Amino acid sequence: MSDQPLVKMRDVWLEGRSDEVWNPIINGVDLTLQRGEVLGLIGESGAGKSTLGLAAMGYTRDGVRISKGSVEFDGIDLLTASAAVKRELLGKRIAYVAQSAAASFNPAHKLMDQHVEGPVQHGVMSRAKSEADGIELYRKLRLPNPDEIGFRYPHQVSGGQLQRCMTAMAMSCRPDLIIFDEPTTALDVTTQIEVLASIRDIVEQFDTAAIYITHDLAVVAQMADTIKVLLKGDEVETADTRTMLAAPTQDYTKSLWAVRSFERPLKPAVKTGAVPVVSVQSVDASYGTVPVLHDVSFDMHEGRTVAVVGESGSGKSTTARCITGLLPPTAGQILVDGQVMPADYRKRSKDQLRQVQMIYQMADTALNPRMSVGQIIARPVQFYLGLTGAEKRRKVDHLLEQIELEPTQYYHRLPSELSGGQKQRIGIARALAAEPKFIICDEVTSALDQLVAEGILRLLARLQDELSLSYMFITHDLATVRAIADEVVVMKDGRVVEQGPKEDMFKPPHHAYTDLLLSSVPEMNPDWLTNLLNERGVDNIGDAAADKM
Amino acid sequence: MILWVAIALVGMAALAWVFRFAGQSVTGNAPKFRDMPYGVAFGYVLGAVVLLWLIWAYTQGHSSELAIANKFFFLRIAIEGFILFAIAAWVFRILGRNVGTAWSKKMFRSMPLTASFGILTIIIYAIFAIFAGAIAPYGQEQIIPGVAANIVPGGDPALGGDPAFYFGTDQIGRDILSRLIYGAQNTVGIAFATTLLAFLIGGTLGFLAATLGGWLDQVLSRMVDVLMAIPSLIFALLLMTIASVWAPQLGIPLTAFMVIIIAVIDSTRVYRLARAVGQNIVVMDYIEAAKLRGEGLGYLVFREILPNATAPLLAEFGLRFCFVFLTIAALSFLGVGIQPPLADWGTMVRDLGGFVNYAQFAPLAATAPLLAAGAIALLTVAVNFVVDWMLHKSSGLKE
Repeated sequence: MSDQPLVKMRDVWLEGRSDEVWNPIINGVDLTLQRGEVLGLIGESGAGKSTLGLAAMGYTRDGVRISKGSVEFDGIDLLTASAAVKRELLGKRIAYVAQSAAASFNPAHKLMDQHVEGPVQHGVMSRAKSEADGIELYRKLRLPNPDEIGFRYPHQVSGGQLQRCMTAMAMSCRPDLIIFDEPTTALDVTTQIEVLASIRDIVEQFDTAAIYITHDLAVVAQMADTIKVLLKGDEVETADTRTMLAAPTQDYTKSLWAVRSFERPLKPAVKTGAVPVVSVQSVDASYGTVPVLHDVSFDMHEGRTVAVVGESGSGKSTTARCITGLLPPTAGQILVDGQVMPADYRKRSKDQLRQVQMIYQMADTALNPRMSVGQIIARPVQFYLGLTGAEKRRKVDHLLEQIELEPTQYYHRLPSELSGGQKQRIGIARALAAEPKFIICDEVTSALDQLVAEGILRLLARLQDELSLSYMFITHDLATVRAIADEVVVMKDGRVVEQGPKEDMFKPPHHAYTDLLLSSVPEMNPDWLTNLLNERGVDNIGDAAADKM
Repeated sequence: MILWVAIALVGMAALAWVFRFAGQSVTGNAPKFRDMPYGVAFGYVLGAVVLLWLIWAYTQGHSSELAIANKFFFLRIAIEGFILFAIAAWVFRILGRNVGTAWSKKMFRSMPLTASFGILTIIIYAIFAIFAGAIAPYGQEQIIPGVAANIVPGGDPALGGDPAFYFGTDQIGRDILSRLIYGAQNTVGIAFATTLLAFLIGGTLGFLAATLGGWLDQVLSRMVDVLMAIPSLIFALLLMTIASVWAPQLGIPLTAFMVIIIAVIDSTRVYRLARAVGQNIVVMDYIEAAKLRGEGLGYLVFREILPNATAPLLAEFGLRFCFVFLTIAALSFLGVGIQPPLADWGTMVRDLGGFVNYAQFAPLAATAPLLAAGAIALLTVAVNFVVDWMLHKSSGLKE
């Protein structure tokens, strides 16, 4: 063992090929990683963090090349090393954990068969020994039934467990370096916390160095010793985690830190006796014979935002489907302005359909890729309001101005020519075009980067004030709730667990589940995870705790 | 014989090792040679050996000794044709890159040579099919007075040809060139109409099944399953036999029956594709948004779903066109397709098929049936090249 760093990247330039041209992705970034150190790489999507992480393994995706610079791993130059040398390193001394464990495991083989592949291929261990070691790793990662879980197929375990199995697999050869590429982004907060705790534990136990790629600042604060911030392929700054959190030097970093501070002023309480815009009254619903909603009731008032919170599978989106009429409830009813709405959307009149609009989570799939922005927004204008010709165009231009996009510039663009945040704005404009009173926002910011998401939240807040719209805001991110909600509804297993004004919800006493949800949201404090674990004990966090309720 | 093959393989295996080693030492262990697996090196050597054999065979084709030249005659023609077509495609692509609108120039710039060959061939076929009457020197059913039957193609009087009939004449003295050109009109035209009809039926029903689902989807899909379970050529043959009895009674030309029968049989495949593609699109949020807006079925299918399904459907159109085309040729070959005296490539192959037996000692005589067969093969290959290119383009768009 020498004093030299484990990974040494000097002046690395990466380029990606599109339309026959090489475009820069990373512009001359240095990266140094000592043994046992955890480096957090953060940045928005498109900042090149995954590409840089892969380049640390001497690997590039198809259509990407390292045009300049050097990558050394433990003194070995990875860029000039032969395939044989790299084969010896990858999997054995360098491991990779991908974002989606579900997509990374081969569904046709049992977990253990995939786990032992690396050690056996590299001749590190015999199959029997590797299996025994795998069970030991599963135990260390606090997986339930460590003796048996390896003999299941990937679809038989949950997403969070699969991500931990993936980590165990990466550990199987005791590598010197693991690259984690957004390992918890696809998970619920309560699941995420378990995975985070396990990863941190095992990395510490084996003194493994790691590069942790994420866009979530609070997560990286728990995991990393050092943080490196990337912006459009350039390094913004690198510093020790505590220094970085306490005193960022660059403006961009400060703006990232500031995002979480957006919060709307409180509104006066709703007048008693006011007719709610939308009222959900003891709704039950089921998919086929499987019941998913039980006696769900809440009201939404004019100019107010009701945030519906809960983890995936808790029935948030199903409630929205009941309100829109896509899934007729088996019992209960939906009232709009005090009028009972037909349960099935096909039986609703044009005007009834107009009143309830929806904004979707994935703007990519919510906009027809073959229609221009103008066509997308003009359709509801023509369909509901009957405007044509110049009048229609004027209305569309006005809507584009409302969502802060220049009409002449964007009218003829296709969705593929827009950024994620712009696409989401078009989704908002399409909903506004119907001149509704009530809009369902289904996880509208969860697929966006934090800065962009904040812009969308501010836009929605402004539109609410101008047009006195009501929002039903479905989310699992409590930071978003804090930013925009007036009232909060907490759901679990298809039931409303707790509801009330926001200021009450963030103050104890809580329902136990609300408490769990609230405490599972990572905070920017680097000691947060440690404190939480000390407070509750390792077996009492996340899903394990939720299952006990 | 087996011994020789074994010796050649061992020799090549040794050569491959030498090749890789030489490459490594000459280039100073460049990554290309250093990381080259042995199998790849063997592949290079094998490719080189095959290329050398082709060059040798080509020179043999020009041999002054007739027996040897005859033996390699078809290989010679194939190699010459290949080079000629490659040059034509290359010139065509250069032309496309420099002439035309900005859009077409951009398209040609990213086009592989195979696709430009395909497009060029299709254009030439289309011109022949549309202007057959103006281009063909004789009529398709015209038996030219005073001209012998079975003139050998090639136009060389010493070998039994006639310069006035470069492609020769058939068994009753009709000009083969004229019949080939009219064949383009008949066979390709009918195939195009049939494919269009198949897409109209299959596409519409497929999208309807995908959008509405439920019992309509069940009924349609099971009906399609039943139709697909019957071997299509035999089924078409059976129906054509029945139709050939009905056609004179009803006074409808048999060709119309053929178009409908093949279209219905092929529409089952189109239905399957349209339904599968449609189902992937129907689950998109923008379809849900349109449904919640209260849009009708027509708007959903034609404005929201169809524009997003054009890429796979177009690719399928190209492939389906080939299959339909081959089915028509096959039916004509079997005698129930396009009826004489109309010129049709399938019928021409059947009528002149006997000459293939002369290939050994009089290759020019054997060329007569191969001309029509070649026309079919060339169009099929051309369409597939274009389809491959379009598929590649549409799959690239998704990423």
